[in-house]
Amino acid sequence: MFNAVLFILAAVALIVSWRKDREKTGKALQIAKKQLLNLLPSMLGIIGLIGLMLALVPREVIAGFLGNDSPLGIFIISIIGSITLIPAFIGFPLGASLIDAGASVTAVACFLTTVLMVGVVTAPMEIELFGKRFTIWRNLLGLVMALVIGIIMGVVLQ
Amino acid sequence: MKNQWKKYLLFLLVVIADGLLWYYYPDRGVSAITSAADYLIEMLLFIPPILVLVGLLDVWVPRKIVEKHVGPDSGIRGVVISILVATAAAGPLYAGFPVAYALLKKGCRMTNAVIFLGTWATIKIPMLMMEIKFMGLSFALLRLALTLPAIILTGYLLEKLLAGQPQADVPPAEHV
Repeated sequence: MFNAVLFILAAVALIVSWRKDREKTGKALQIAKKQLLNLLPSMLGIIGLIGLMLALVPREVIAGFLGNDSPLGIFIISIIGSITLIPAFIGFPLGASLIDAGASVTAVACFLTTVLMVGVVTAPMEIELFGKRFTIWRNLLGLVMALVIGIIMGVVLQ
Repeated sequence: MKNQWKKYLLFLLVVIADGLLWYYYPDRGVSAITSAADYLIEMLLFIPPILVLVGLLDVWVPRKIVEKHVGPDSGIRGVVISILVATAAAGPLYAGFPVAYALLKKGCRMTNAVIFLGTWATIKIPMLMMEIKFMGLSFALLRLALTLPAIILTGYLLEKLLAGQPQADVPPAEHV
């Protein structure tokens, strides 16, 4: 659905641009191509890593960690959440099933917030565009914020 | 040329790992490769149109407009615009990277670019819908209420932290 809208949007924009100025449009496509070639290597690596992770770490193992509400458990969960890149349409149902299985709100909230705010596997891509300092600081701040948010949520909702 | 090859190192390692896994545990190997292929297809479905839009943004939107709306002097208004634009976004965070990069190159303020990325990553509208559905309204709303200030704070903090070398960490524009 979103993809279809995106494609239509890009196509319409491209046609309008082409009618107005062919040269500029050609340049835009060159830029797009260059960006794609720049991102492709890290993208392929990241995708491969995600595949490996999903195959090697069984769901039960993740669930086991999330059921644990000790500080160490939450720390480990948050690290897992920071490293993994789970799309929202998997992450939220996973979170819901973990709550059903008896995991604490704090643990699940920490897990979900780190999944969303910190991206270790996408770091190579981020470094490629924004540099190392930016990437390290953004992710570090994200981790701290995510933990604070997760812990507050656990306190409020429990 | 040498640099080009280095970029593929991670991919190469993953392919080797996939191969070993497949050799020793065929089931898991196949599962690793199929889920990677699924992701690849998913990414190829939205990355190209986003990059085309980024390219068009680069050639058509004058620097002045970006500077005026989300530039160094855009203040609160710039923050609000960055948030609103990013909530309407589609696709995961790595699809937002090139967009934020293009904005930065066009004179967007660092704070606003970080806020844009943070919003894209955590509180997109389609994502919130999904969250409400699975985690419940109170969970989703509480997370939204806590995340929004955290994102804005991150934006300002990051700008301060990188102030030593203002735009230095953003590699020089290749095509302006």
